[in-house]
Amino acid sequence: MKSFDVIIIGGGVVGTAIARELSKYKIRIGLLEKETELAFGVSKSNSGIIHPGTQNPANSLKGKLCVQGNLLTRRIAKELGIDFQEVGELIVAFNEEERLRLLQLKKEGEILGVPRLNIVDQEWLKKHEPNLSLKIVAALHAPTAGIISPYRMAYDLSENAVKNGVEIFTSAKVENIKATPVENIGREFAFEINTSTKMFKSKYIVNAAGLFADEIAGMMGIDDFKITPRKGEEFLLDKKRENITNHLIFPLPSKTSKGVLVIKTSDGNPMIGPTAEDVTDKKDVSTSDEGLQKVLFSVKRLVPSIKGEDIIAYFAGLRPVSGDDFIIRHEESVPGCITVAGIQSPGLSAAPAIAAMVKDLLKATGLRLRRKLFFQKHRNKTTHLFAQPLWKTKKTIQEDADFGDIVCRCEMVSAKEVKEAIKRGAKTLDGIKFRTRAGAGRCHGGFCTTKLMKILSQETGKPLTKITKRGPGTEMIKKDRADG
Amino acid sequence: MVERELVIVGGGPAGMAAAITADENGVKDILLLERDQYLGGILNQCIHPGFGLDYFNEVLTGPEYADRFIKKIKNIPEIEISLKTFAVKLTQDKIITYIKPGTMESIKAKAVIMATGCRERTREMVHVAGTRPSGVYSAGLAQKLINIEGLLPGKKIVIVGSGDIGLIMARRFVLEGAKVEAVIEVEKQPSGLVRNVVQCLEDFDIPLFCGHRVSGIFGQDRVEKVCVVQVDDMLNDLPETCFEINCDTVLFSVGLIQENELIEMAGVKINKKTNTTDVPGMFVCGNAFKIYDLADTVTEDSSIAGIQAAEYLERLI
Ligand SMILES: Cc1cc2nc3c(=O)[nH]c(=O)nc-3n(C[C@H](O)[C@H](O)[C@H](O)COP(=O)(O)OP(=O)(O)OC[C@H]3O[C@@H](n4cnc5c(N)ncnc54)[C@H](O)[C@@H]3O)c2cc1C
Repeated sequence: MKSFDVIIIGGGVVGTAIARELSKYKIRIGLLEKETELAFGVSKSNSGIIHPGTQNPANSLKGKLCVQGNLLTRRIAKELGIDFQEVGELIVAFNEEERLRLLQLKKEGEILGVPRLNIVDQEWLKKHEPNLSLKIVAALHAPTAGIISPYRMAYDLSENAVKNGVEIFTSAKVENIKATPVENIGREFAFEINTSTKMFKSKYIVNAAGLFADEIAGMMGIDDFKITPRKGEEFLLDKKRENITNHLIFPLPSKTSKGVLVIKTSDGNPMIGPTAEDVTDKKDVSTSDEGLQKVLFSVKRLVPSIKGEDIIAYFAGLRPVSGDDFIIRHEESVPGCITVAGIQSPGLSAAPAIAAMVKDLLKATGLRLRRKLFFQKHRNKTTHLFAQPLWKTKKTIQEDADFGDIVCRCEMVSAKEVKEAIKRGAKTLDGIKFRTRAGAGRCHGGFCTTKLMKILSQETGKPLTKITKRGPGTEMIKKDRADG
Repeated sequence: MVERELVIVGGGPAGMAAAITADENGVKDILLLERDQYLGGILNQCIHPGFGLDYFNEVLTGPEYADRFIKKIKNIPEIEISLKTFAVKLTQDKIITYIKPGTMESIKAKAVIMATGCRERTREMVHVAGTRPSGVYSAGLAQKLINIEGLLPGKKIVIVGSGDIGLIMARRFVLEGAKVEAVIEVEKQPSGLVRNVVQCLEDFDIPLFCGHRVSGIFGQDRVEKVCVVQVDDMLNDLPETCFEINCDTVLFSVGLIQENELIEMAGVKINKKTNTTDVPGMFVCGNAFKIYDLADTVTEDSSIAGIQAAEYLERLI
């Protein structure tokens, strides 16, 4: 049995941000994730926007943490070598009435502390956003909005956390938890946590299980919240349309969502979406014809030149919704348990601020946090050929010939990058795709899948028949003909 | 910067035919770039017969057809072949930048022939809703898995689209002991060659549903089923006709598109009627120029580009 001071349940962007934050201190930390790899939950399928903080009620926790998170994300991105681009966002108005709502949004944003908000007129829009619909009369410009790769953020956070002593267990689904009331929280092991294969003991639990946070809470008798999934379908466009907009483009928000957007992504492909539809099945990430029609219809209002033919990929993600706000609290009824639930949008943006808040909550309940003298704050930036100019690639290849062995032609990913991704924890084709973009381009792996399978097989020693898309049950191959 | 007379990008049947005819027409310095580790392009995985009927008056398999050109090209000292070489950039001044293990180089060509072939259209391009489990492949990828790697990707197959690769793969799967449940084609007529419909589907009793479309793919981890629906003349769904087919694999054979990203990025326009572009001395041939049904036609088309390039270079002197 392994024992830790703190066990974090859930390896999404929130769990990994918490792990990295806590790894600054002299405590033993374990992170348990049920999937084959980290960030295979909500954190892999979202818009990748680091929101400025607008579109949140002025007194909300999520609004406050979003504003803080926007600042902290920049720092973390620098420390860990993650690409963060401050592209700015425009919330657009189609008429006078909507223009008035922009003023209201601006006021609410300013109360939350969103910096540099300004209203721009049609002249400005024509100059800076020429593809925008001419029917748009004004926009609220939030220059601090940015974009990041959500999975690379989670992977890089976790890698740095591991460097600083955190132990990560994947394929470790928490099945039950025994919480024993103890006299001294922080001194004694209050929790016994069972996964299908291993047993763990810990003094504290942080429940960051995303869509399943209510189930984890239920294992400890906490039943005052439920997570309902709110589905968002998103559609990626060909990189050729990279510059269709210069900013993130938002309509005015509705009660349940920020609306259907034209998104810039850090991989270069523009994205359109997401829809917002409450569903019941936490595993239902199917997309629909209706979703596509709705998204196309909505974004054509914003940018008329967007076409269905530009779509090269699509997916759906489920926002873990519980009421209107995040639930982040110490559970008085189960001392030592911190709940981090209902982390819907803007959870990616807020993750670093959520982590800081969790640290403070742990401290407040008596966990002694002493800073490590040798915390390794920095991580070497991962080389992605697609993200650097060609002159630099020349040098990169001269230094390491493997960078010149291109496996994914649409996205220009080399064998070296794939091997590095596997060394850094990729175990599946999706894991490689999220880390490197190999297979994420316009041909959808038609050309590189066999090459990727072979590299994965060579590097891990697994036979090709055991190579999976995203874990057990998703094997690519039914039979090796050599096996008869 | 190194200067070359003629640089050809792509070592499939198109690039090889262009290189050979350019040589025959007097070009003395030809560089052929191929990103794979061997010449022949997609022909290597096409182990079925049906190649060469027009060009050689013989029935050959894809690799045999390719081999005739590979043998020939290797004996032409004027043609330098560079394998594992991936062209990443082309400019209007005919400067080509390529990457290969260990180096990245830029060279200036007097004439360029782009013979970069095509790629398959994907599920995403025809927008099939549903989940994204494992077991969804393009027909060409399945072909590569079986014929080159010796791996069977599935056992109960539904094929979307009746393109030639899909038809050929239907037969291939049956020969490998898998069951092909159906081929679903949205148009009223199959899109592949008649001979393939007969030899690959009818001879093996594989049901073909024309005027139908796969409206959804379902399954959590692995494909479990597809939903199929009949469409009317305007290609609108007739919802009451919806039915399901259980399967573990879905192949997409929904057409090919030219792989012309380098030309597009260079801002070069292809002249749709001839193999030329709006940049003098830059030519396009084979499937990169136009999607052809037969490799034989690709060879003929590309020979024209080879001659055009040779004539262009002659005029320069
Ligand atoms: C369509 C869409 C678009 C979005 N866009 C944005 C955006 O642009 N900007 C933004 O800031 N936010 C956005 N969000 C929200 C953001 O994606 C989420 O808030 C964030 O990813 C939540 O992270 P998480 O770590 O809490 O959840 P997850 O990533 O789901 O992590 C929870 C993890 O817990 C694991 N787990 C669950 N149960 C167990 C168990 N029993 N044992 C072990 N492990 C378990 C899961 O497998 C999962 O990996 C969007 C969300 C969606 C759906």
